[in-house]
Amino acid sequence: MSGFVTFFGLAGAGLIGLGLYGFLAHAHLLRRLLSFNVMGSGVFLMFGAAAARSPALGADAVPQALIITGIVVKLAGTALAVALLVQLARSLGRAALPEDEEGPRA
Amino acid sequence: MTTLLLALPVALPLLAALIAVAAARIAADLAMATGLLVLGLAVWLVAEVAHAGPVSIALGGWEAPLGIVLHADGLGASFLLVTALIMAAVLPAARQGFADRGAETRAGFAFWPLALLLFAGMNTAFLSRDLFNLFVALELLTLSAVALVAIEGKAETITAALRYMIFALLGSVLFLLGAALAYSAYATLDMTRLAGVAAGDWPMAAAVALMTLGLAIKTALFPFHAWLPPAHSGAPAPASAMLSALVPKASFVIMLRLWFEVVPDLASPLLVLVLGSLGAVAVVWGSLLAIGQARLKLIIAYSTVAQLGYLFLVFPLAGGVGAAQPWAAGAWTAVSFHAFSHALAKAAMFLAAGLFLRAVGHDRLEGLRGLARAMPIACFAFGLSAIALMGLPPSGGFTAKYLLLTSAFASGQWIWGVVLVAGGLLAAVYLFRPLNLMFSKEGADPATLRPVPRGEQALPLLLALAAILLGIASSGPFDFLQIGRPGDAAAGLAP
Repeated sequence: MSGFVTFFGLAGAGLIGLGLYGFLAHAHLLRRLLSFNVMGSGVFLMFGAAAARSPALGADAVPQALIITGIVVKLAGTALAVALLVQLARSLGRAALPEDEEGPRA
Repeated sequence: MTTLLLALPVALPLLAALIAVAAARIAADLAMATGLLVLGLAVWLVAEVAHAGPVSIALGGWEAPLGIVLHADGLGASFLLVTALIMAAVLPAARQGFADRGAETRAGFAFWPLALLLFAGMNTAFLSRDLFNLFVALELLTLSAVALVAIEGKAETITAALRYMIFALLGSVLFLLGAALAYSAYATLDMTRLAGVAAGDWPMAAAVALMTLGLAIKTALFPFHAWLPPAHSGAPAPASAMLSALVPKASFVIMLRLWFEVVPDLASPLLVLVLGSLGAVAVVWGSLLAIGQARLKLIIAYSTVAQLGYLFLVFPLAGGVGAAQPWAAGAWTAVSFHAFSHALAKAAMFLAAGLFLRAVGHDRLEGLRGLARAMPIACFAFGLSAIALMGLPPSGGFTAKYLLLTSAFASGQWIWGVVLVAGGLLAAVYLFRPLNLMFSKEGADPATLRPVPRGEQALPLLLALAAILLGIASSGPFDFLQIGRPGDAAAGLAP
């Protein structure tokens, strides 16, 4: 039981690291958004694992409630960002910030 | 009654935002009425806190750690009042640009709910004591702010909004991660409880470090400032006024609470030095960039980067080992003064810039030549705000700088005093060009300008006068800010 919890916690931490790398390394804004979502999922997974870290007490309900709220917030943020990105692609035909397009591309 | 006083500043703008979506035709009037109503409530709350000390309520009768506590101390109540004052002036100023365009246009429809959501987010950030609730407040605030930047739908403002969004998303996920770590370690998100149980051990240090990084990104601290000038200068003037004057203050107040109320013991000498230095670099770098700009709104936006830098001087002057020293109270109070003075002056400046833009048709500096003859009230408001931003007496900016200078010299950290003086001089340099052009003798014939009614010019003047008044009547706000101040047993340096 507690082995699983540790595994989930570490997996969450790994996702946060991967997401952060993707967020900072990519220029394409859709990739950065997806990386942000990976990072957010890592935070939620880690938080969820923290809720179950003492099996004797059962699962703590507070993180579960907060994770659901957090997912809604993240969804709203992602939706707004994608809408802006679609607008940008339509009006200027590009999907990266001008300062990131100057540098070398992957 | 106290319950309503604390809950309504959060609930009313939220409710009004929903109604503004459903009944777009009355949105503008509703928003303005909400602004005035919340201003009234904020005045009442300030009177209540001044009379009876800090007040708090547990929402829905659920006490912490499960429930969310709203708490108004001197700091929270005064920020609430300044926010309400600015919103009450900015919302009528937006009427000409948005309501008159009609509720069927995108900008005319979306502006009012977004402004109201931003208002609700600000008020929550100042009153809440729950880290997750603060996260939600910051998100509400940031998403409305990003949408306000992009509201005109022009390509360059969309780019600015997306850059803002990218920084804000990173900031919010870091803050959330910090809050999750704090909960995992101490099973509470309530600041008061965390302050009681959180020792200076590494889970809390990691949590606070992540939250501070996230908040610094949202406050546009150097080197995370790149998103701010294009976003704040690209937004329509009333939106710029809200974004520049208010939004970064919310994340700063949370940071102030974290370091002074929750984990004062974790503020090591290195940390306060780093935060203070980044603030000092922001003051100098933001001012230098402001000097080089050719557009009025960009000058004002870069000035925000510089002015936000001053706020971070609170960490070396009042935090860490110096927190128990007599000068700490002065420095701690001074940054709130600075935040108020900057908020009022910057809102006035952006509103005035919006009026100039409307009269002249563009915001390049040469368009300002001789404008004082055609628009004396707006130009006077701009001049008064400039006095507050430079920190000249008798403005609120002067009181703030005087208190910070006193603390810097009393604590022997004269280097921060040099930053304060240099920042004031640089502000004088970047504000001299627009002022000089505005008040020059020759210039455009007033007949070629689009007329701007005097009533609209009075709104920035009102805010600028409030920024000056803050300096003239500074002892009342000074004493009020001490209510519920952490470590207020130590005697402060009186102004």
